[in-house]
Amino acid sequence: MIRSSRYRGPKSSRLLPALFIFALISALPTPALHAQEKPYFVTYSHDLEEPGNLEIETKTSLGQPPDSHRYGALASEIEYGVTGWWTSELYLDGQATGQESTLFTGFRLENRFRPLMREHWINPVLYIEFENITGADKNMLEVVGHDGQGDLAEPNAGTRQEHEHEAELKLILSSNLKAWNISENFIAEKNLGHEPWEFGYALGAARPLRTLGSGKPCVFCLEKFTAGAEMYGGLGDVASLTLSDTSHYVAPIIGWQLPKGRLSFSTGFGLNSSSLDRVYRIGWASELPQIGTWFRRNGGTR
Amino acid sequence: MIRRTLGLFCIFISAALLLCAASGPHWGNISAKDRNRTNPLAARPESVSAGALIYKENCQQCHNADAMGDGHKKPPLKSDRIKSATDGDLEWFLRQGDLSHGMPSWSRLPEAQRWQLVAYLRSIQH
Repeated sequence: MIRSSRYRGPKSSRLLPALFIFALISALPTPALHAQEKPYFVTYSHDLEEPGNLEIETKTSLGQPPDSHRYGALASEIEYGVTGWWTSELYLDGQATGQESTLFTGFRLENRFRPLMREHWINPVLYIEFENITGADKNMLEVVGHDGQGDLAEPNAGTRQEHEHEAELKLILSSNLKAWNISENFIAEKNLGHEPWEFGYALGAARPLRTLGSGKPCVFCLEKFTAGAEMYGGLGDVASLTLSDTSHYVAPIIGWQLPKGRLSFSTGFGLNSSSLDRVYRIGWASELPQIGTWFRRNGGTR
Repeated sequence: MIRRTLGLFCIFISAALLLCAASGPHWGNISAKDRNRTNPLAARPESVSAGALIYKENCQQCHNADAMGDGHKKPPLKSDRIKSATDGDLEWFLRQGDLSHGMPSWSRLPEAQRWQLVAYLRSIQH
């Protein structure tokens, strides 16, 4: 499963799949532009994918633990709206660490369900995920237990051997108040290899810079930008439920809705000595509308 | 054994309660307060053009550019039902969606943009 940058296969073996993916993406319907998606990187709101839509998203995380090498981690996500109340996602994770190696670090399968069909002051979403990743994963899509910068500083040669099969549950609570979205996530993660439950949290608030539509197609209008902040960190484990001996971050975020997708930026600031000083994140998301209808139409099965 | 049975019972009751709560929004459920609201942006001339753009960005993929739906699950928006609905009904329905029938909640849009969308929907009824 793990592929190192030291591996040098024939060029064509990598070129052909890349060309195939490029051709497939080019042939798919034009990505839609969607307004007011939240630019969170860690926090989830109660917004689910529209039924039948497929979103392709990448989340890049850049950091450098003290006395260690710079790294870049990439999580590529495919998200599909199965129904109005159920969204399913697949993540493929990888990372590259300076002077070490480039690794595929595993995959995650997640599902989100809205149990209540109506909009309330607080809207719950149930989240369940299975992760099959190695200890070398540095995407920090959540912080749980006693996760700290030390975990990110360990050499790939060792951490790539640690295989983690984990189940993760989240209770997502989210509200749209006026133009604000306020979201709270409570995370419980269990390594299926007889390790204790670990806990974490993520909080987010975001708002479009202009709430009224201008009525003109534009790229730099204020309504195309969403700004906010998120805060996330660990809460220890069953044996020691604590805010200390784990990492915490606060991260201002900004999202920019472009004609073909959404670009997001965030700089996370570590709040204690267990955290990295800075984590830079860049996200890109593009949506393929009504992909099922498109396949039915072009496959002639309708 | 008793604890396990009680646990299963609690899960069953919780699931039943969730299913009861999960009934989708129906026009009949709209409160008088919501129904009687008027569109605060109706008088603004740019509301229709802004609503048209919001429609294009968010609604057209399902309801089509001519707002006639797909003839199957995605209903036409030029209809007697929309024509007879109040502005408040339409804004309420956009905010709630109908998740069990595939209509997302558009509470993610700011309220002002939902009203602009209502103005556009009004403008396309003949």
